[in-house]
Amino acid sequence: MEISPFFFFLFAGLAIVFALMVVLLKNPVSSAFSLVLMFFSFAGIYAMLDAHLIAALQILVYAGAIMVLFVFVIMLLNADVPTLDFGKRGTLLRWLSAAATLSGLVIFSKAFVTNSVFGLEGTHTSEKIAQVGGNTQAISQLMFSDYMLPFELTSVLLLAAIVSAVTIAKRKRDHNDPNNQGSAL
Amino acid sequence: MMTSTVEPWVVLTFSAAIFFIGLFGVLVRRNVLVILMCVELMLNAVNLTFVTFSKQLHDLGGQLSVFFIITVAAAESAVGLGLVISMFRTLRTVDTDDIRLLKE
Repeated sequence: MEISPFFFFLFAGLAIVFALMVVLLKNPVSSAFSLVLMFFSFAGIYAMLDAHLIAALQILVYAGAIMVLFVFVIMLLNADVPTLDFGKRGTLLRWLSAAATLSGLVIFSKAFVTNSVFGLEGTHTSEKIAQVGGNTQAISQLMFSDYMLPFELTSVLLLAAIVSAVTIAKRKRDHNDPNNQGSAL
Repeated sequence: MMTSTVEPWVVLTFSAAIFFIGLFGVLVRRNVLVILMCVELMLNAVNLTFVTFSKQLHDLGGQLSVFFIITVAAAESAVGLGLVISMFRTLRTVDTDDIRLLKE
């Protein structure tokens, strides 16, 4: 694929470093902000792969909406005290998890190296996309023709998510317990 | 020697690496919020795989799948964080090892 190796390895290295920071840092707030930076690195890679709409959505939805939600909940719960939460579970289990994930990575990369191309070629070559008027235009035309039903179902899903999030997070009033009335949570 | 292209398997292996970093976090961490963040990491890695195949096979269906995955991820994190708030209200903790109501 015709992408610049320098920028790809720059963004990929940054993304791996920030992903490791998400997993290894003790403070949830530090994890959240490392995750934001990892989302930005991913947006750079998406832009290099000619997925401009996805790159913009990555920043708007992930780095904008989802991360604000995460940071807001961390602040709301006041749970941002550093917790060394690898501690109690035991080193053996931790090393077993590391070995399992590493072997999974080895299997996947082996599969990717040996069968580099598998699948049917589609019709959306870069010339055709440029002829239609760019990546966003081509995706929109597909979305409102072939992918109309999933697109509409997405709105139902979002409505269900809104209703369930409000219902789950709503504070239940306990009238028998006078101590419970005033607390914020 | 530097070539001017990046092979697809490099990008795919990179996204697999991010996926397994996220999986490791889900297995090892005990803070529910960090576990949710690691799930987001894994979803992002899958998105990158979709976009790579979309570019490689000249098919925009992969990028549309990423669009739907992003929507599902937003819904998932909203409901998940609602559950975390509800859990913190009853148990006063976000630690997975302290959720043992059925055991006691």
